Amino acid sequence: MNEDKRRQRTKMVTYPSGAVIPERDLGKSPVLECSHLGIEFGGLKAVEDFNLVLGRTEIAGLIGPNGAGKTTIFNLLTKVYQPTHGSVLIDGLDTQSMTVVDVSKAGVARTFQNIRLFGNMSVEDNVRIGLHNQIKYDMFTGIFRLPRYFSREKQQHEKAMELLDIFNMADLADAKAGSLPYGAQRRLEIVRALATNPKLLLLDEPAAGMNPHETEELMDNILRIRDSFQIAVLLIEHDMNLVMGICEGICVLNFGRVIAKGTPEEIQSNPVVIEAYLGKKKEAGQ
Amino acid sequence: MAFLSSLVNGLSLGSIYAIIALGYTMVYGIAKMLNFAHGDVIMVGAYIAFCGAQYWGLPPVMCVLTAMLVCTVLGVTIERLAYRPLRQATSLAVLITAIGMSYLLQNLALQIWGANPKSFPVDLVALPGFTLFGGQLRISGVTLVTVLANIVIMAALTFFTSRTKLGKAMRCVSEDRGAAELMGISVNRTISLTFAIGSALAAIAGVLLCSAYPTLQPTTGSMPGIKAFTAAVFGGIGSIPGAMVGGLLLGIIEILSRAYISTELADAIVFAVLIVVLLVKPTGLLGKQVREKV
Amino acid sequence: MNAKKKRLIYNLSTYAIVVIAFAWCQFLLNNGGMTRSLKGQLVPICCWVIMAVSLNLVVGISGELSLGHAGFMSVGAFTGIILSGWLQNGMGMADETLRLVIAIAGGGLLAGIAGVMIGIPVLRLRGDYLAIVTLAFGEIIRNVMNCLYVSVEGRGLHIDFLNPSLPGKLLLNGPNGAVSVSKISTFTAGFILVMLSLFVVLNLTNSRSGRAIMAVRDARIAAESVGINTTKYRMMAFVISAVLAGMAGALYGLNYSTLVAGKFKFDQSINVLVFVVLGGIGNTMGAVVAAAALTILPELLREFSTYRMLVYAIVLIVVMLATNNPLLKQWFSNMTNRARGLVRRDKPAADGEGGNPA
Repeated sequence: MNEDKRRQRTKMVTYPSGAVIPERDLGKSPVLECSHLGIEFGGLKAVEDFNLVLGRTEIAGLIGPNGAGKTTIFNLLTKVYQPTHGSVLIDGLDTQSMTVVDVSKAGVARTFQNIRLFGNMSVEDNVRIGLHNQIKYDMFTGIFRLPRYFSREKQQHEKAMELLDIFNMADLADAKAGSLPYGAQRRLEIVRALATNPKLLLLDEPAAGMNPHETEELMDNILRIRDSFQIAVLLIEHDMNLVMGICEGICVLNFGRVIAKGTPEEIQSNPVVIEAYLGKKKEAGQ
Repeated sequence: MAFLSSLVNGLSLGSIYAIIALGYTMVYGIAKMLNFAHGDVIMVGAYIAFCGAQYWGLPPVMCVLTAMLVCTVLGVTIERLAYRPLRQATSLAVLITAIGMSYLLQNLALQIWGANPKSFPVDLVALPGFTLFGGQLRISGVTLVTVLANIVIMAALTFFTSRTKLGKAMRCVSEDRGAAELMGISVNRTISLTFAIGSALAAIAGVLLCSAYPTLQPTTGSMPGIKAFTAAVFGGIGSIPGAMVGGLLLGIIEILSRAYISTELADAIVFAVLIVVLLVKPTGLLGKQVREKV
Repeated sequence: MNAKKKRLIYNLSTYAIVVIAFAWCQFLLNNGGMTRSLKGQLVPICCWVIMAVSLNLVVGISGELSLGHAGFMSVGAFTGIILSGWLQNGMGMADETLRLVIAIAGGGLLAGIAGVMIGIPVLRLRGDYLAIVTLAFGEIIRNVMNCLYVSVEGRGLHIDFLNPSLPGKLLLNGPNGAVSVSKISTFTAGFILVMLSLFVVLNLTNSRSGRAIMAVRDARIAAESVGINTTKYRMMAFVISAVLAGMAGALYGLNYSTLVAGKFKFDQSINVLVFVVLGGIGNTMGAVVAAAALTILPELLREFSTYRMLVYAIVLIVVMLATNNPLLKQWFSNMTNRARGLVRRDKPAADGEGGNPA
């Protein structure tokens, strides 16, 4: 049903600084600004001179061959790794001295390439943990069951169910997260990330292990999430249907460096990209 | 001169710790597990050597060799029966199993040899000691043998891991088990070999330990075992020179604090040093940083 | 609703087990149906149950292996003994119940402080390193206790290190430990303390903080990425556990007329760990049952006492193998599924296990 909407290309505009964002985000400050971001692992430059500006409600893709440094960039953005060069601004805030927790509080949520759910806990509890900093009460309230405990628990439950409903997972609320099928685990990771009330959602290969039908659904859902939560999404994905279908801006990485940036059309026709990445596919296809 | 004498004693104790620590560190490096029962293999080795000398009338060298043989078999068997089935399990599960194994060995020894301490034949390591500085500094034969054994073992192991095919296989398994397997290295056999070497060393350590401190009982191995593990962590677990450095330092610290601070607090000081080292450098003195992959 | 109901039933039956056991023991006590030796075990059983419940909070719920739990017990025990001795001899407090309550609270408090002091450095480490450092701390505490001399003179306390010649009445005599302690622990106090520790642990587990603790256990990096301060919650579990162990220690210490620090050796920490493992790691009810059963059993089977530790060791290994080896585990779960008559169709994804870093 969203097929047409997806094909409707967003009009991209250029900032004076050279960054390209969707036209509708023009009046608002960008949610993410990376400049000259880089990290070295013992002399090896895993990521070098990475620059990216994301509009408030932009869906952007980060693509590139395996080992290009895509997940490393996510780790830099969320401070799992400390960058050796450059800076990251989230909603205008410098993340230089932030920890992983601070970044989450600043409004960045992520999913993981190799799923990291709280496997022994129920689906609902996984989402409630995502709500950790949204609906709060302290340890003593919890232990001594003060009135606040009951009201906040109820709020958490309601919010968790509401979020699970996005992916029609409400009926799975009591299931053990680790026992869900692969696709459902990936979806639950997205729900958990959304529970933290982010401004920017980082999805690391959200369609990995999904069948084409599930991927189609996922694409609709990502668009729906962006529209209803008004957040930006940056995703890493190898599925070109997904990337070309929903991403407004695409950034192509190879050997830790950006080799191309642009709209899906521009990327698809970019000779450098074709040579480095898509080119192989074409040859194989001929 | 008293200081020098303490230093020599520390060196001797440290050498024993270093030899035990080698067993821990090799097993940790390759099987990625903390073999808590290692200290008790030492105790078994000492008992076997004791029996060899006391009951079976074996010559000293044969006593040590028998102890090494028994411990090797024991170590490999423990690995095969208790640890191998848990190759995929969490480290918590493996550690608890190893603790269970440690208790099993202690209590088996209790059933076999009884709770009464045995007095270990000191003359098992028969080498004359000598004195220096006109009799002020005495170095016993046991001390000499211990330090020498430590040096020889260390050199042999370094040669083994860096120059021989099997040793290289061990380093491969330690670095990346999956890749080693793909290269045709049998991971199971390599881990067995590691346990065999570690346990044989434990037997030597047991004999040396009990020659220096000649009371033998089922719990003899546990404290030196824990301290040697501490030494391995201190030096950087997984690193062979680290075990050497850690063991020697720990032995010297222990003896010096015994002599100059307080006998009662010596153990506390040793453990406190470990904690401080781990806080300053969580990977130990010579350990290398491993980044968690996200 | 279903999961919630299950949890409620689980919690209530845990409390029920303790209440029923207590009522039954009281009945036996009043009707003279209890042997002398068993009577002497009532308070220790409560202590070991609390120890198991509190260690389970660290090992099972927070997922950290602590091998120094007996250290906290010993801090609590000696604090309790000193407090009680001081209140009795220095302050002239005759009320035993009040003294016991103050002693237990003090024991818990000091053990909690020790927990914070140890937790700050220790919780920077993970896994095996953490285990070995908690072990080291347990040994340090024991060593320090062995050098501590405390006496009461007038209304004041003398506390000295390595110096046995203190004026007044000696409460703590270095390696000889506490002497002529007035035995004020009661079974009822033990029962109340068990209920309290269950209340704390079960309610904590089922709250925002408890979920955060478990989240850190299951997938540390994911927990951080949703904004959970991992150090804070590991610390919370560690300190609460230390407080409970300290309270159990005070109760234990005041149950005997003499007590030496050697009583809280590394072996005791392992002993408690055995309760936790055999009760099913993370299972509070299991920890309670295992601790009680394994404390009584050797009393009942006196003639087998020499084999006790041997059997412990074998059972520990077998349980670990049976619950952690994939093949054996599969076999067991097949058996239980067959027994229940329901073989679930949905299988977990092959490599979808969360938490374990690749």
